[in-house]
Amino acid sequence: MALPQVAPVETPDIEEVPADDRPWVTIVWDDPVNLMSYVTWVFQKLFGYSRDQAELLMLDVHHKGKAVVSTGARERMEMDASQLHGYGLWATVDKA
Amino acid sequence: MFRRNGNQCVATFAVDEVRVLRKVAGEVVGLLMDGFDHTDPVVGRLFPDIYPDRPDDSAEFRLYTEGDLKTGKIDTAGAILAALPDDGPGEVRLDGEEAEAWLRAINDARLAMGTRLDIKPDTDLGEELDAAVVDDPASSRVFQLSVYAYLGYLQESLLNSLPELP
Repeated sequence: MALPQVAPVETPDIEEVPADDRPWVTIVWDDPVNLMSYVTWVFQKLFGYSRDQAELLMLDVHHKGKAVVSTGARERMEMDASQLHGYGLWATVDKA
Repeated sequence: MFRRNGNQCVATFAVDEVRVLRKVAGEVVGLLMDGFDHTDPVVGRLFPDIYPDRPDDSAEFRLYTEGDLKTGKIDTAGAILAALPDDGPGEVRLDGEEAEAWLRAINDARLAMGTRLDIKPDTDLGEELDAAVVDDPASSRVFQLSVYAYLGYLQESLLNSLPELP
């Protein structure tokens, strides 16, 4: 009779270094319709920025035409962009 | 226009305002419920490509997220319809959550109208409106531009009447 087979416990290799370890970024683009005060409010609401921080970020978008609003794993950036779309901001995801 | 009253944002709307807001919110719902034409610039603006240079990745992402996004936008437009008087003038009182839904829905309506009106970064709304009135005071463009401007003031007043975020 065979003894119960116990599968060896494997520890997942969390140290694995991705081939390309550049993070991803969420970018918000300037647009002619959204009110500056509304964009500031969305940044406060979604990212927990203070009013001053959110306003600086909004002005960055406004003056440069676009700005990075978050950086990290691809899935998280996709989630951020999707939430921004929910608020009507024009957001895209790209490699940093 | 909205003002702060305790924990609520309050506005008293004239009958024309109620009708315009009902119409605008209804049009957004209609646009979202109807067949979805991704070549329509309004749809493109409300549901932007997440990867502009990678259509396949954008399409795949869309497949998983667009339904929820659409439902969310229909719900927020519905929040406007739910809070307005049926017909005739009246007062609207919004708590924090309702005010957020209104802000988002007004914004979607402005995005849709702004795209149709071809609003550009250097567009001067006053000048556009003057030109449209000279052209034909009874035109639909005059009406659309007026409503677009009105929605901007309304959204700004609602933002100003929100309780401060921490």
